[in-house]
Amino acid sequence: MTAPLLETRGLTMRFGGVVAVDAVDFTLEEGELRCLIGPNGAGKSTFFKVLTGQLLPSAGTVRYRGRDIAGAAPHAIARAGIGIKLQTPSVFNGLSIRENLWLAARRKNGAKRADAVVDGVLSLIALAGSTDRIVGTLAHGQRQWVEIGTVLAGEPDLILLDEPAAGMNHDEVGRTAEIVRAINRTTSLIVVEHDMAFIRMISDRITVFNRGSVLMEDRADAVMRDQRVRDVYLGKKAA
Amino acid sequence: MIRTVLSLRVTLLCALGAAVLAGLAPQFVDTFTLLQATVFVAMAVLALSLGFIWGFGGILSFGQAAFFGLGGYAYAVGAFNFTDSTVPVILSMLVPMLFAALLGYFMFYGRISNVYVGVITLTVTLILFNVVNSTAGDAYRIGSAALGGFNGIPSVPGITLPFTGYAFAPEDDWYLAAGCLIVVFVGLKLLLASHFGRVVVAIRENEVRASLLGYDPRLYKLLAFVVGGGIAGLAGCLYTLWGAFISPTIFGLATSAQIIIWVMIGGLGTLIGPVLGAVAIQVLVTEIGGQQLLDANFVLGAILLVFVLVLPAGVVPTVERGVAALWRRGRRGRPGPAEAPAAHPLPGKALS
Amino acid sequence: MDLAAIVGLNVLSGIASLVLISLGLAIIFGMMKIINLAHGEFLMLGAYATVLSTNHGVNIWFAMLVISPVFVGLVGILVERTLIRVLYGRLVDTMLATWGLSLFIVGLVTMIFGNTINGVPTPLGGFQVGAYRSDLYTPFLALVALLLLCGVVVVLRFTRFGLIARATMQKPDMASALGVDPDRVYMATFGIGAAVTGLAGGLLAPVSGVAPTMGSAFVAKAFITVVGGGASILAGTASASLLFGSINQMGSYLTTPVFGEVILLVAATLLIRVLPEGITGRFFRGSL
Repeated sequence: MTAPLLETRGLTMRFGGVVAVDAVDFTLEEGELRCLIGPNGAGKSTFFKVLTGQLLPSAGTVRYRGRDIAGAAPHAIARAGIGIKLQTPSVFNGLSIRENLWLAARRKNGAKRADAVVDGVLSLIALAGSTDRIVGTLAHGQRQWVEIGTVLAGEPDLILLDEPAAGMNHDEVGRTAEIVRAINRTTSLIVVEHDMAFIRMISDRITVFNRGSVLMEDRADAVMRDQRVRDVYLGKKAA
Repeated sequence: MIRTVLSLRVTLLCALGAAVLAGLAPQFVDTFTLLQATVFVAMAVLALSLGFIWGFGGILSFGQAAFFGLGGYAYAVGAFNFTDSTVPVILSMLVPMLFAALLGYFMFYGRISNVYVGVITLTVTLILFNVVNSTAGDAYRIGSAALGGFNGIPSVPGITLPFTGYAFAPEDDWYLAAGCLIVVFVGLKLLLASHFGRVVVAIRENEVRASLLGYDPRLYKLLAFVVGGGIAGLAGCLYTLWGAFISPTIFGLATSAQIIIWVMIGGLGTLIGPVLGAVAIQVLVTEIGGQQLLDANFVLGAILLVFVLVLPAGVVPTVERGVAALWRRGRRGRPGPAEAPAAHPLPGKALS
Repeated sequence: MDLAAIVGLNVLSGIASLVLISLGLAIIFGMMKIINLAHGEFLMLGAYATVLSTNHGVNIWFAMLVISPVFVGLVGILVERTLIRVLYGRLVDTMLATWGLSLFIVGLVTMIFGNTINGVPTPLGGFQVGAYRSDLYTPFLALVALLLLCGVVVVLRFTRFGLIARATMQKPDMASALGVDPDRVYMATFGIGAAVTGLAGGLLAPVSGVAPTMGSAFVAKAFITVVGGGASILAGTASASLLFGSINQMGSYLTTPVFGEVILLVAATLLIRVLPEGITGRFFRGSL
């Protein structure tokens, strides 16, 4: 039996008196596509930030392919093979679409190979129009795709997507789901999303976060039927 | 990447033109003008150092004067101690680069904000001024060079070539300064087109994103800062050669402020802007020196205020944008293909 | 023993002068997160106000303690209304603008009064400690510095303005939600910061040469004190002045005054490497 791709034990993030992530034990196997759901403030984005080194965890371990990466610098974690799309589009606004992707691809490739990787990713995310357009002038949905493309161009082994379908219309959500499924053929993913329709299109297994802890973890249909999950989403006190 | 290739070709062509002009200049102008042009060009090199790290790296250094001064002093001290100029010229870049590496390590690896970077670099410059100012007397000698405190170092030897022992005449200093400007300009263009340069610009655009792609922002900022320090040091060497003299006033607030003003009015995110800004302001300061009514600080301060309030983008980017807008309007007015040209706004400069 | 007393007095004077020259800057930085690069020129204007008033027959105490702070306070309000307010939220542009202002003021004062060094005699006499002489003005400066710090405590803790100020320091948007007009708070803050700086300038006039460019001699120390202290006005200024003042004076005593400054700078840089948010960013968090 091989070690899991990602494994956290007792991962905790405190801000003063607030515990945003509370002793989370989380395991992701190689090749998995996992969705994280939970009400606002459940700690999903904070969990992502700890995983990628943007926040220093207060306690606990993060093992990626058996290596402890908790507290490493963001660039070191990225080099280890984890890519992330942040909740609000985080792109190089002043650069062109192609330059955004190229910077990601060029880190571990030579110039020629980087161009090839960029072409491959561009054909997957299939942005309409010229790729020389400046990213800052694009619409919100398009910038989301540029960011996903940028993450892909870095060729990570694990991709974290924080609300990839937020602010998209129905067609765009469908396209994004297609892209996510295509990515999953070669790469493991963790996806934070609120849009249940989107989750149904992509989901495999779902982990539910509430108040910083894992409430439950199961297949999508089981999660949707669960009374506790309904309670936390409707704001009732979970008994 | 087509745009980059095209722009590089244009740059090389312009550089070639500038080299020819610089080569012919001594035939057409008198020695006095040539001397003045030499110092303007030296200052343009200094402007490029800040134009690079601030305009492209987003690092607001208020202390470029520190590296400029260190370069000047390193050359002067070296020139008294070595027979030919190879080592002094290398020192004039190496010493500021080492200093920049040390200072940059503390600033960037301490992850301090842009505002603090400004304050610290400014403070360092002021302290250097105080230190060098107090090095009068025989106790402060490096080899056979006396630092001279507030009096500075007079009669600094000029460039002497190795092996032949040829000593430079004023025209040679002009060729050297103009050559340095062209080499630094083209070199920075190439650097910006390289992988390294692109990452530096990307970090200015979005530091978090760059680090999440696996680039260490601290390292790239530090390297850019060191490159800027070396170029400023080279400018200091050229400046010292021009006057055969260097004094602590080079570390003064006035120098630092002027560098900021050159880059600010020329335009951030361009290389030609700082060069033009440096020449324009120096012409202006020379003019002010010739009259009694207005004080130079007063005029420079007013210019800086006006630019921050009215034209924060600087002259070159504003003109570029204006020309682009006019060109689009001209195209639209003409009958032709119905398809409207795609808008290509210039990259917005997120500076703060 | 006498020597120890004199060195102690010097350390005290070093700390006091750091408090004096940096408190006004700290007030503006702590409340508005703005680094005022014209701070040195505010000091210079305070010193000029004292020198000019005294030369025109005004009592020196009145000139130092009333005319200088009032005059520079008014200049501060004028600057806030015409410059700072326009650039609010653009920190880097604000720094550049205040630097432009700094040059502008230096040039203006040079054009009006010439590039000469003026001075006023030091009031109060001297006293003897064994074989060493010292003047009474130094302990007086320390007393004023202490009173100013106490004044900040009283204002922040016991007045309505202090309450608003503390709220603004912690959360600007919350203060405006409380029905406080942040615009007026900022104007008052900048005015008060400038007035304190003007007072410091007036007090320093007798012990330093008064010239248009005198500001640059003080700004470096003021900046590192404020940056080293962090965002809390009182705890930051007090702790950083205490630390840096001692280091500077002890360094000067053991080597030379210039190397005292170098040691100070090295210490400050190391401190910022270890504590990027200043002393109060790590310790005394949320203090005044």
